Amino acid sequence: MKSDGIPSGCAISGLMSEDGRRIGGKVIIRSIACMHDRSNGLGGGFAAYGIYPKRKDMYAFHMMFDNMQAKENTEEFFKDHFNVDKDEAIPTQRQNGVSNPPILWRYFLEVPENKLEFLSERDYVTKTVMKIHSEIDGAFVASSGMNMGAFKGVGYPEDIGSFYKLEDYSAYIWTSHGRFPTNTPGWWGGAHPFTLLDWSVVHNGEISSYGINKRYLEMFGYKLELRTDTEVIAYMFDLLVRKHKLPVEKAAEALAAPFWKDIDRMESQKKKIAIALRQVYGSTLLNGPFSIIIGHNRGMIGLNDRIKLRPMTAARKDDMLYMASEESAIREIAPDLDEVWSPMAGTPVFGTLKAEVE
Amino acid sequence: MESQLPAEFIVNINHERCRKCKRCVINCSFSAIEFKDKVTANNRQCVACHRCATFCPENAITIIHNPLDYKDGYNWSPEIRKNILKQAESGGIILTGMGNPRPYPIYWDHMLIDACQVTNPSIDPLREPMELRTYLGAKPEALEFEGDIDNISLKTELAPQVKLDIPIVFAAMSYGAISLNAHKALAMAAKRMGTLMNTGEGGLHEDLAGYTDRIIVQVASGRFGVTSKYLNNSALVEIKIGQGAKPGIGGHLPGEKVGEDISKTRMIPVGTDALSPAPHHDIYSIEDLSQLIYAIKETTDYKKPVSVKIAAVHNVAAIASGIVRAGADIVMIDGFRGGTGAAPMVIRDHVGIPIELALAAVDDRLRQEGIRNRASILVGGSIRQSADVVKAIALGADACVIGTASLIAMGCRVCQKCYTGNCAWGIATQKPELVRRLNPEVGADRLCNLLTAWGHEIQEVLGSLGINAIESLRGSRERLRGVGLSQETLDILGIKHAGIGQ
Repeated sequence: MKSDGIPSGCAISGLMSEDGRRIGGKVIIRSIACMHDRSNGLGGGFAAYGIYPKRKDMYAFHMMFDNMQAKENTEEFFKDHFNVDKDEAIPTQRQNGVSNPPILWRYFLEVPENKLEFLSERDYVTKTVMKIHSEIDGAFVASSGMNMGAFKGVGYPEDIGSFYKLEDYSAYIWTSHGRFPTNTPGWWGGAHPFTLLDWSVVHNGEISSYGINKRYLEMFGYKLELRTDTEVIAYMFDLLVRKHKLPVEKAAEALAAPFWKDIDRMESQKKKIAIALRQVYGSTLLNGPFSIIIGHNRGMIGLNDRIKLRPMTAARKDDMLYMASEESAIREIAPDLDEVWSPMAGTPVFGTLKAEVE
Repeated sequence: MESQLPAEFIVNINHERCRKCKRCVINCSFSAIEFKDKVTANNRQCVACHRCATFCPENAITIIHNPLDYKDGYNWSPEIRKNILKQAESGGIILTGMGNPRPYPIYWDHMLIDACQVTNPSIDPLREPMELRTYLGAKPEALEFEGDIDNISLKTELAPQVKLDIPIVFAAMSYGAISLNAHKALAMAAKRMGTLMNTGEGGLHEDLAGYTDRIIVQVASGRFGVTSKYLNNSALVEIKIGQGAKPGIGGHLPGEKVGEDISKTRMIPVGTDALSPAPHHDIYSIEDLSQLIYAIKETTDYKKPVSVKIAAVHNVAAIASGIVRAGADIVMIDGFRGGTGAAPMVIRDHVGIPIELALAAVDDRLRQEGIRNRASILVGGSIRQSADVVKAIALGADACVIGTASLIAMGCRVCQKCYTGNCAWGIATQKPELVRRLNPEVGADRLCNLLTAWGHEIQEVLGSLGINAIESLRGSRERLRGVGLSQETLDILGIKHAGIGQ
């Protein structure tokens, strides 16, 4: 590589068919590969929604195990906590640039009814994920949602995509990430996306409010042990939208709140809501540079920090919504666009499924 | 009895410079300077308030410590010996004013703040918004909305909130302990800066009527001046249980300070001692406290947040938890270095714990119990500079209160003689000729300048941390590191040692 510049920043890319059409994995690999120089080979990953229609009502746990003992311990744990419908190795292929993969296995799980006396099903699954991370040495949950999965590892994203044979999957939402780690080491579990249940987050930037975001989440029983600032974003959406039942738009507003000077100028109803969000959810405000794409079963959210310290471009073409760190990553897969724009700082972009998807 | 107490200070007068204008004589309220055929000093009376030296037009006066010529000793220090002499002559409790001056560790000075480099850019406060606004009051755990997203409205009704444009509030100092002019200066500054002043337990003087939306009214054990009008003429109401300088101790305003005006404000006869009992005689349990909190809420139609102020003591975390569960919207914790108008020295210097440790313990406890949102935390007890404010907020405070620092801004020289009522700067006195010395407008200007300066400094620190809202600092202990602290202290503060990364 020429040394006349410092490649930097991480890369994110996401695409969604709001009609629920499924798109093959090759497309997202091409998009993220276009931003190769924004990564450094220490992390790449993808989230895909709609990939397990046959088992769409089961929790698909994508697992990473450091060794067989961790796998056995986890399987014992699963037997005690779930009905295991199916388990199998996650298909992979040898790939240059991807070394030392952990044992990658996926499990399709149902929650036994007798486990839900005091907990909702999703709370139960959330607790299970936290328990695995904190109690089973060498086991890591890459994803735990329904009809979705995360595929991530140490390597450049295009190599990780090929390693996981993503060309064999088709999804109505794809998000992807190329990583340039700074604060935390490059390790398989530390690659993006970070997920919990159906939430997945890819992040370009660094959360300087991590300390208080983490302490706030801990108050609600979340355990943050993945050594990364991005983890808080996935959990925050889970807390605000799933548990507190905030509309997703209001959750986004809490995380990247308008400035007081702008709130002061709002009309009264909007102002009242904006003030209350900052008063009550001040500890969820994400500070520092970020552009993020959040995936969930019903859509995709793009969000920039309040002063746009990281790049993000959005675009639309027919039923497709695209978001990426760079416009080139969108043009690479959709040269002919209806609309391209750079979302304003702190202004979210929403993609929403228009109909039910199998 | 002939006093054996040596003078603490020596006043040197340069007679070559002195032009005998007698301004020093007029300014000395402690009778330490006289004029015979020239200016002479009565060193024993000098308290080092520096009023004479400040106003001498010829710079002819210097004040130095009396070296005493006692044999030095770490154990039997001059101060210890002086106090023994005082008690041998008086047989009484040694009274003192201001905060604890003893050399206990100041933990603020052993904590360092993070800054961004390269990957996470710092933010320039001169170009970008840097938000210091915060709200005091109980917050619900979650918000509820109704309607669809195009016509959404808030279903949750929030408890009353008080807006602070800067997270620094003036501490409780009563009319009686300090002068009306000092109170006026604090009220004016609070209004101008979008913050609050606190009446202390002395009641609310009618001259402050125009500032009531920026005033915390206090309900202390003496119930001085407490009426339903008083409670309603406020931004919030504070129940004072304890004070950092004198935990477990009541207050005493001597009868000679209770003139017409104070008598009216406190609702006690002229010339009578105003004794605030050590306990509230209607509060002997947390349930009793809860009853008072709700009595105040009823009286104020649930429109004012109610704060409970306690001193930082060993079991402060559990006490604070009880207070929040009793219905308080704000917990105010006052550390053992907090100032006072008058306290027994033995209490001020030896009872209570540092605010840094108390704050960390309380914030942790409320979070462990999942009730941190239910109350704001205010802390005081020697907040000396903007860096202390930043560190307190990073440890978990919503805002800080400043007492001594605000008095210093108005002219106080920390001579620690507040309890004598002779404050030469017109602050801790009720003598009309001394009160006149403090111009409320000038005092307010100085207070506003102080807060403005600290506000800018806090914004600079936020920018260096790469954050642009104070709520991203609140409780963000990850951004602090300890230097020279034991592991146990670091654990209590919930911070890592310097040199450890994320």
